[in-house]
Amino acid sequence: INNCAGLPCRFHQKGLDDGPDFLSEEDRGVTVNVDLQTDATLQVDISDALSERDKVKFTVHTKSTLPNFKQNEFSVVRQHEEFIWLHDSFVENEDYAGFIIPPAPPRPDFDASREKLQKLGEGEGSMTKEEFTKMKQELEAEYLAIFKKTVAMHEVFLCRVAAHPVLRKDLNFHVFLEYNQDLSVRGKNKKEKLEDFFKNVVKSADGVIVAGVKDVDDFFEHEKTFLLEYHNRVKDASIKSDRMIRSHKSAADDINRIASTLYTLGTQDSTDVCKFFLKVSELFEKTRKIEARVAADEDLKLADLLKYYLRESQAAKDLLYRRGRALVDYENANKALDKARAKNKDVLQAETTQQVCCQKFEKISESAKQELIDFKTRRVAAFRKNLVELAELELKHAKGNLQLLQSCLAVLKGDT
Amino acid sequence: PPSCLPAEDISTNSNGPKQEILLDDDQEDLFAEATEEVSLDSPEREPILSDGPSPAITPVTPTVIITPRAEASMFDRSLDEDEDTEENGDTFDMQITVSDPEKVGGFGCTSLNLFSRNEFSVKRRFSDFLGLHSKLASKYMHIGYIVPPAPEKSIVGMTKVKVGKEDLSSAEFVEKRRSALQRYLTRTVTHPALLKDPDVIQFLENTELPRAVSTQALSGAGILRMVNKAAEAVNKMTIKMNESDAWFEEKQQQFENLDIQLRKLHASVESLVCHRKELSVNTASFAKSAAMLGNSEDHTALSRALSQLAEVEEKIDQLHQEQAYADFYLFSELLGDYVRLIAAVKGVFDQRMKTWSKWQDAQLLLQRKREAETKLQYANKPDKLQQAKDEIKEWETKVQQGERDFEQISKNIRQEVGRFEKQRVKDFKVVIIKYLESLVHTQQQLIKYWEAFLPEAKAIA
Repeated sequence: INNCAGLPCRFHQKGLDDGPDFLSEEDRGVTVNVDLQTDATLQVDISDALSERDKVKFTVHTKSTLPNFKQNEFSVVRQHEEFIWLHDSFVENEDYAGFIIPPAPPRPDFDASREKLQKLGEGEGSMTKEEFTKMKQELEAEYLAIFKKTVAMHEVFLCRVAAHPVLRKDLNFHVFLEYNQDLSVRGKNKKEKLEDFFKNVVKSADGVIVAGVKDVDDFFEHEKTFLLEYHNRVKDASIKSDRMIRSHKSAADDINRIASTLYTLGTQDSTDVCKFFLKVSELFEKTRKIEARVAADEDLKLADLLKYYLRESQAAKDLLYRRGRALVDYENANKALDKARAKNKDVLQAETTQQVCCQKFEKISESAKQELIDFKTRRVAAFRKNLVELAELELKHAKGNLQLLQSCLAVLKGDT
Repeated sequence: PPSCLPAEDISTNSNGPKQEILLDDDQEDLFAEATEEVSLDSPEREPILSDGPSPAITPVTPTVIITPRAEASMFDRSLDEDEDTEENGDTFDMQITVSDPEKVGGFGCTSLNLFSRNEFSVKRRFSDFLGLHSKLASKYMHIGYIVPPAPEKSIVGMTKVKVGKEDLSSAEFVEKRRSALQRYLTRTVTHPALLKDPDVIQFLENTELPRAVSTQALSGAGILRMVNKAAEAVNKMTIKMNESDAWFEEKQQQFENLDIQLRKLHASVESLVCHRKELSVNTASFAKSAAMLGNSEDHTALSRALSQLAEVEEKIDQLHQEQAYADFYLFSELLGDYVRLIAAVKGVFDQRMKTWSKWQDAQLLLQRKREAETKLQYANKPDKLQQAKDEIKEWETKVQQGERDFEQISKNIRQEVGRFEKQRVKDFKVVIIKYLESLVHTQQQLIKYWEAFLPEAKAIA
């Protein structure tokens, strides 16, 4: 079982002075929240990404032996809106009603990071050159981390589609992968956004009614109950993990400031203790980098995992809703047919309607069952992978910290 | 000869936080001060500090004949002297323990003389400590002794950094105060002159103490304000002090720089304490959430692993709490203490300036008296002339006294600063090592917890 998101990605960052060109071995651990089987027939990844003023350009790279494509290997440049277009086209496609549509990647959001960089630029005069350089590096690293994440999210979406037996054949998907011009997919205008809003309101209201309908099928009844609770708890866990990680970052920032002040103290002090200050300052510089890494890794392995399954569980809920909707339609069609037969009026029409509804419902049910089983398999595998990696990274960092602390202590104790 | 320097570490109490305490009526008095917020801006009652010693108390100033202006070499020699006497002479190692007010109905104050094995245990109120400090300050600051400042009255830290969403619980507050009082007393008895002071001895040994009048209460913040006022007054003087001794100028600058950096560091550490506490709360919250997620997960092995993750996070939350505690009691409090101590050091330098100024004023006045006498010599007023001659004698004495005082305070300050710096170095070294050890412990525990969790995660099938 390969994951599709393990290739090195190059990030060019316009607008930042010293953006690294390559991710280090360590940094390459792009989030994998799904465990997918890929085969040679179709492999998709994001091989490059460019961050400009307010947009990100992803280079989507495809390798395929399928006859549908003109070449075996090719690349195109896509922006976020085009991914959304693709996702929405799946959602709106009746034929795909029985699938868990891979959740759309979230919009790249660099606003907060950009704001911080701007503030830093404004405050340059009020801090020492050293402090400024330090903070700039911090913020650039943060920017890079956000960048990596958004690339990973977009990539995972494509990989999920490519791994799906039916979706991978979708025409829009092929166009997305191959057409090397702009897809001219503009973002939704105000009117369309408003329409969407109302659609969602109607859908949730409907969803409540549909959910209320008891299902004969035990499997789906269980799934309904399970997904509802699971989705809410994942949401809560996601929020709480974000808070925890933010506190961790704040603490690391404090240690950074402490290290700087200790350094100044060390250089100013004429007594014996200056050595202590300088040594500890050095130590804290290193440990706070590790602490920052811990927070970043927790973010990748835990917070992102939870966020992803928040979206996926929503997609699964949507599937159940569609099935529930089809069931209600089917039952209504049955009732209508009985009525028609009783009155002996429009019987043929009612029969046709009933058959259509029946087929739709059965088609959805069949694929939905498999989809939900696959969802569980994927979920378990992803959690396992990420929890193991989380634990391994936590251990690695704690051991690193410990080693630094102990060697510093040894030096300081030897001095007294 | 000055008594030797006892070589005792400041016994920072690093035991765990005290248990939840029950406040009974007896405690009301104690906590009257607790709820009072003394900000640096609020009008403080007049401190009793005056130029001279308080009347009722015999000053302990050694009666040394006029010594020539201290030179750097002499200072070095006096240091050596101290070191010798430390080895040969009587060393007083005094161990101070201040205990929980709940148990004794007042802060229990135990002093143990490690040499003679004499032990005294008494009950003291918070205001008693403040009263002791104010007495010592009024007796010794004007001759150049660095009197350790008393703990803060207010709950809010000196840097005014928000101490997290919840205010300090009463148990935390009591522990903070108890610990601060212990450090305060320990520093006081570490000072060779203060150890012998009758007020200090009375404080440590007498069962009953006359209740300190509240007007005398002088907290660290009060000292700071007084110092700032004095500094302002000095700056307003038209005659700037002619500093012929570079050592003082140098030292003042050094302490100024140290002050700035320590305040900065203190603020950062307080922020760290705050964020660490926040991290602990958020980790606990996440642990609960993860447990709930584990409950709703319908894959058995994953469900179990998530529950175990929740347990790990709960333990880690405890760890963060303990670390925040160490951050605070080891690191932050030391820094706060030293910011206040440096205020006391600055105060002593300012006292020297005041002493110099007094001496200069006396010289000026003597000059004028002489001029007046010269004039009177041609005025043929024999009574007035005699009076003038008497006044001249009087002011000549004052000038001599002024010069002696100045020499004495200068000498004392040099000694004090030497002692202070030695102690500072020791304190910081000890605390830094202890703090690093606390960090080591945290990492070791983290490794333990994650090592236990890893196989659980791998076991998900």
